[in-house]
Amino acid sequence: MDNPIEEIQTPIRLDYRYTAGGATARFLRGLKEGRILGQRCPSCQKVIVPARGACARCGVATKEEIELPDRGTVTTFCVVHIPVPGSAVKPPFVCATIKLDGADIGLFHLVSEIPPDEVRPGMRVKAQWKPREEWDCTLENIRYFTPTGEPDVELEGSAHA
Amino acid sequence: MRDVAIVSFTQAPNVRDAGAMNEVEILMPLVAEALEKSTLTLQEIGFTCSGSSDYLAGAPFSFVMAIDALGAWPPISESHVEMDGAWALYEAWVKLQHGAVDSALVYGFGKSSSGEIRDVLALQLDPYYVAPLWPDSVSLAALQARALLESSAYSEKDMAEVAARNRRNARSNPKAQLSGDFDSAALLAEPYLVSPLRKHDCPPITDGAAVVVLAADDLARRISKRPAWIRGIDHRIEPHSLGVRDLTRSPSTELAAEKAGVARGPLDLAELHAPFTHQELILRDALGLKHGVDINPSGGALAANPIMAAGLARIGEAATRISGGLANRAVAHATSGPCLQQNLVCVLEGE
Repeated sequence: MDNPIEEIQTPIRLDYRYTAGGATARFLRGLKEGRILGQRCPSCQKVIVPARGACARCGVATKEEIELPDRGTVTTFCVVHIPVPGSAVKPPFVCATIKLDGADIGLFHLVSEIPPDEVRPGMRVKAQWKPREEWDCTLENIRYFTPTGEPDVELEGSAHA
Repeated sequence: MRDVAIVSFTQAPNVRDAGAMNEVEILMPLVAEALEKSTLTLQEIGFTCSGSSDYLAGAPFSFVMAIDALGAWPPISESHVEMDGAWALYEAWVKLQHGAVDSALVYGFGKSSSGEIRDVLALQLDPYYVAPLWPDSVSLAALQARALLESSAYSEKDMAEVAARNRRNARSNPKAQLSGDFDSAALLAEPYLVSPLRKHDCPPITDGAAVVVLAADDLARRISKRPAWIRGIDHRIEPHSLGVRDLTRSPSTELAAEKAGVARGPLDLAELHAPFTHQELILRDALGLKHGVDINPSGGALAANPIMAAGLARIGEAATRISGGLANRAVAHATSGPCLQQNLVCVLEGE
């Protein structure tokens, strides 16, 4: 072909009203008030956070709401050395799974104000909230977690325990 | 062929907008109810298959999120089709024919309220020649209706009578979205929505879900006093290009009906997944339905059209009537794609 068509543009735009779900909506509203809401599974008794309205293991609805403290223990983490497009967080930074005290499911967040090579499983951390006037229905109300200085905690089921 | 039956069926109340409830919250009580009716636990179920579309939710991998509704621990054997749950049922039926498992959980779900469903459905069209023009689903159905009216003896009055009958039937269906007594002459006095379609010729926009449990052989007999046996099931597809199809017929339904053995015995009822009134006329002819066959006792897709679940619900509705002793032999039908592009036909019988 003398003049091949190599590209056509067919723009697609669809607008959605996404539904977080009843339980997740309450979790997000709780954050706006500085509260972290989990739910207890009536079957396995585990406390799930963020509240999802369901226990994914048992397949049952979760209704009992539990307010959780904003401190917990790092269970695992990674150090990100590449920049994330559109993110204000500069590498290297630490992404961690944090088991809040009283919860059975880890919450995903950043750990900061500590050199990345000093972060470790079992480390105690607490949330650093943004100023109250900036709070909205988002986990970004918590800027990141920082070490509390408490002694490390032995993790249940950890190979390093 | 292994004997496989529908032993349990549940569906969500069909509503215009399920509001703050997400798909997991809609599905969870239904799955629990369907399993309870089947007396099986999720861990006793051999295979799970679902039908849904990420385009409805506007979220990637939304079907993976839906597994939260099951309790998939220890891990389960699971699959998914980006089609109506009726095709998930077909996959599960094939799995049961293999003989390795004796039971299956099948579900379909969708919240059409999340987006503009008439536009969302345009994305299933040919991506080069058709989809960029954004023909919406109602306009495409109207093209088909016009072609039928011009080439057959059917009239707009026949279409209005289809609407009136389905909504009359839906009065006895507590899960239906639209029901009531309508006079076809009064319906014909209403203005056109997209000519030749009036509002009553079109399905409602529906959020919903449906769940079915399948069981084979002795397990089915143990669970149900009167299992609804799948005596034939087949699905066929027509070309993607609308221009090469005869939109006034449904040759894929005709062929699927032949393969499923629809004509091998008398039918008591038919549950047809016809979202538009003229499509029921086309399907009745394609299936060769004779006078006296009870068509859509549930009210069909004109009473509630939960996309990705409406076809599975047709099979479930037919099975419920067989298990309840109201019918002995039924045909259930599901469709997918624009203008009845793909069709599934399922023949169900009591003992």
